[in-house]
Amino acid sequence: MSIRRFAFAALAGALFTTQALAADTLLNVSYDPTRELYQEFNSAFAQHWKAQGKGDVTIQQSHGGSGKQARSVIDGLRADVVTLALAGDIDELHRLGKLIPADWQSRLPDASTPYTSTIVFLVRKGNPKGLKDWGDLVKPGVEVITPNPKTSGGARWNFLAAWAWAKKQYGSDEKAQEYVTQLYKQVPVLDTGARGSTITFVNNRIGDVLLAWENEAFLALKEEGGDALEIVVPSLSILAEPPVAVVDRNVERKGTRELATAYLNHLYSEEGQRIAAKNFYRPRNAKVAAEFAEQFPQLELVTIDGAFNGWKEAQPKFFSDGGVFDQIYQAH
Amino acid sequence: MLRRTSPVIPGFGLTLGYTLCYLSFLVLIPLAALFVKTAELTWEQFVAITTSARVLAALKLSFATAFGAALLNGVIGTLLAWVLVRYRFPGRKLIDALIDLPFALPTAVAGIALTALYAPNGLIGQFASAVGLKIAYSPLGITLALTFVTLPFVVRTLQPVLADIPREVEEAASCLGAKPLQVFRHVLVPALLPAWLTGFALAFARGVGEYGSVIFIAGNMPGKTEILPLLIMVKLDQYDYAGATAIGVLMLVVAFILLLLINLLQRYIRTR
Amino acid sequence: MSSLSVAAPLPTVARQAPKQWGRLTLIGAAWSVFAFFLLLPLVIVLTEALQAGVGTFFSAIFEPDALAALRLTLLAVAISVPLNVLFGVAAAWCVSKYEFRGKSILVTLIDLPFSVSPVIAGLVYVLLFGAQGLFGEWLLEHDIQIIFAVPGIVLATLFVTVPFVARELIPLMQEQGTQEEEAARLLGASGWQMFWHVTVPNIRWGLIYGVVLCTARAMGEFGAVSVVSGHIRGLTNTLPLHVEILYNEYNHVAAFSVASLLLALALVILLLKQWSESRINRLRHSGAEE
Repeated sequence: MSIRRFAFAALAGALFTTQALAADTLLNVSYDPTRELYQEFNSAFAQHWKAQGKGDVTIQQSHGGSGKQARSVIDGLRADVVTLALAGDIDELHRLGKLIPADWQSRLPDASTPYTSTIVFLVRKGNPKGLKDWGDLVKPGVEVITPNPKTSGGARWNFLAAWAWAKKQYGSDEKAQEYVTQLYKQVPVLDTGARGSTITFVNNRIGDVLLAWENEAFLALKEEGGDALEIVVPSLSILAEPPVAVVDRNVERKGTRELATAYLNHLYSEEGQRIAAKNFYRPRNAKVAAEFAEQFPQLELVTIDGAFNGWKEAQPKFFSDGGVFDQIYQAH
Repeated sequence: MLRRTSPVIPGFGLTLGYTLCYLSFLVLIPLAALFVKTAELTWEQFVAITTSARVLAALKLSFATAFGAALLNGVIGTLLAWVLVRYRFPGRKLIDALIDLPFALPTAVAGIALTALYAPNGLIGQFASAVGLKIAYSPLGITLALTFVTLPFVVRTLQPVLADIPREVEEAASCLGAKPLQVFRHVLVPALLPAWLTGFALAFARGVGEYGSVIFIAGNMPGKTEILPLLIMVKLDQYDYAGATAIGVLMLVVAFILLLLINLLQRYIRTR
Repeated sequence: MSSLSVAAPLPTVARQAPKQWGRLTLIGAAWSVFAFFLLLPLVIVLTEALQAGVGTFFSAIFEPDALAALRLTLLAVAISVPLNVLFGVAAAWCVSKYEFRGKSILVTLIDLPFSVSPVIAGLVYVLLFGAQGLFGEWLLEHDIQIIFAVPGIVLATLFVTVPFVARELIPLMQEQGTQEEEAARLLGASGWQMFWHVTVPNIRWGLIYGVVLCTARAMGEFGAVSVVSGHIRGLTNTLPLHVEILYNEYNHVAAFSVASLLLALALVILLLKQWSESRINRLRHSGAEE
């Protein structure tokens, strides 16, 4: 009888408790290309935390498309912190889930973005199709790989970078839409996440150019050894700002606010900034940025707030149902 | 209301009650949630979602590739079942055992394996792309993936029926002067057709809903290679719960109708 | 019952020659189809896994996250299989031993999870137990977590494996009829005695067959589990999900290594299946000869 009761209790325990309930674990829900960054950062932070005499901490990671990850948190994935691809997805945590306050982005420095990136081209070694700038991508016969902006945050930055270039080049929204429509006509595979697109381009060798996060492009180059790929920096791109936030409702329930806040603050520390830069994210810290200056090429960067009036305007205009992206696909 | 064939066998209430409870908690109530969520939409909205260009394209693709795969299985499944039942040859046991591999192999594994095979730099893909044929990231790739995961259905439904047809019937027919094709048409086809249709319908129903193996190989282009289950995921990730459930309800109704047809067919086979 | 009698070969030699040709062509075709559709994917998993050597292969399998995923997969199997066995026996019992109105509908409902898209299976649990779902607030208040935790994964696995045992037992028990049980009852056996001593021995091999199929599906489910998992490394990743994660981490070799572990499990399952099936056939034949 007692054995049976014990077995039952053990089973119930296995079923209904998650380790995440304990105070010294932290769940960071992030987007696709940050796997390597946070692998390194997590162990650095754990050491830092222990060195401060706060004990051991286990950091759990979940990665996926940025929109999917935000949706999971809204549906009850108990993230202590979210580190997503764009502010628009974290806004949904407030709008749909009431998990964070509306002013979440002003709680941390630099609009809650400890590191930035941009969108560059990854092409085959020797650049056989001679792709130098956005205009070359719509030349006949060029196949472009980019993920679906409906599900991938990186793809939304890709889309807006292309739009920003075309608008500057041709002068109007109509012309920009024409350009982007043609661009997406030349996309043979539309993966749901940035990492999926990279796999399609690098491993399955589909397409002539991959529109990628700068960090993702560098990483692909590093993983692959630099024999088959090279990076092309266009004349203009977008400053991609992936923000971070503490999920208030979850940390209050779990009593992990101090830990979660310290975790995010550590991203801004010199150590955190250096790890970001080592993983090819552009650091905010001027000193660290100077150290890594030659790693990151200089180019003209527009911002989401400057060129598109922020995500609150860009998201519904371009990516909601019936928005510009849908019109492009209906035109096919 | 109840007609119990055998009054001395106990347990009818217990087993039926348990069956209904278990089904209700695990399957029916959760599925009802799908309908509840969809009921938030008006009928017009439901129709608008399910007949939007993108959903229709995904519907067409899912049905066409599942149908293609079921048909392909109808042919190679018949071939395999026939050979396995009628002939003794080297490797027969091996083939017979491995026919069920697609059921035992996780679909994600099937997905990455088939992508590795059919991608343009893959083992088969490189030959295909040399002659200008694109397999992975096209409807053809989806069809092949579905053919793999549904391969056992036709074989396994045909095998027992085929084994039950006495060979004497065919031989008698051919002794009476019937040509092989005539034997096939007049003796075998009528006997095998219901089982064949059952296998076909099972493969089709499974194919329409398949997700794991397909997403790796499909390419996921809206309107071109985006299957229905993926579209549900995409809608969900855009916080469009109602849209996702509307497509879900559509698929559920199709699945239910298909299954009802299959069960009626099987009943027909049994009582014949 | 089933007549598998082998007919004597026809006497005419003239007819034999073309028949022989047709036979060889068919066997050849079957072998080609088999090699192309089944062997090739199997071989590719193994070659991709071993392309970086045996060392990499084993380190991918014995990595802590992979082991955690294996444990979770086995837990899901260990919970869903016994529950579905209980359900399968009960369902097969009432469907095969009695006639009642609405039986077709009931059988169809039992089959339903089989052809419902796995994505929908996951979706419905999100609708029920998600923070935005029907019971979301209540669960939050009581601090019970179902989706994005182990219970959700178990539920999704249970959903997709509901039909397997019942589906195997129903035709078997229908075929066997009720005479033996009736005889036992008339000889004074109680209901449970009849069940344990007459029914269970009769359906034993079919039961094993159903368990094997159920295990295979529980182990390999991807779509439904993917929706409710949350993909937390080392915590809510099952083996198939772990394969996807590795695949998405440029870790091609590790992905195929874990995939080949699943393949090995699949082959064991097939072996068990073959064994139970041969026992069923033997029983059926000996039954037919009596």
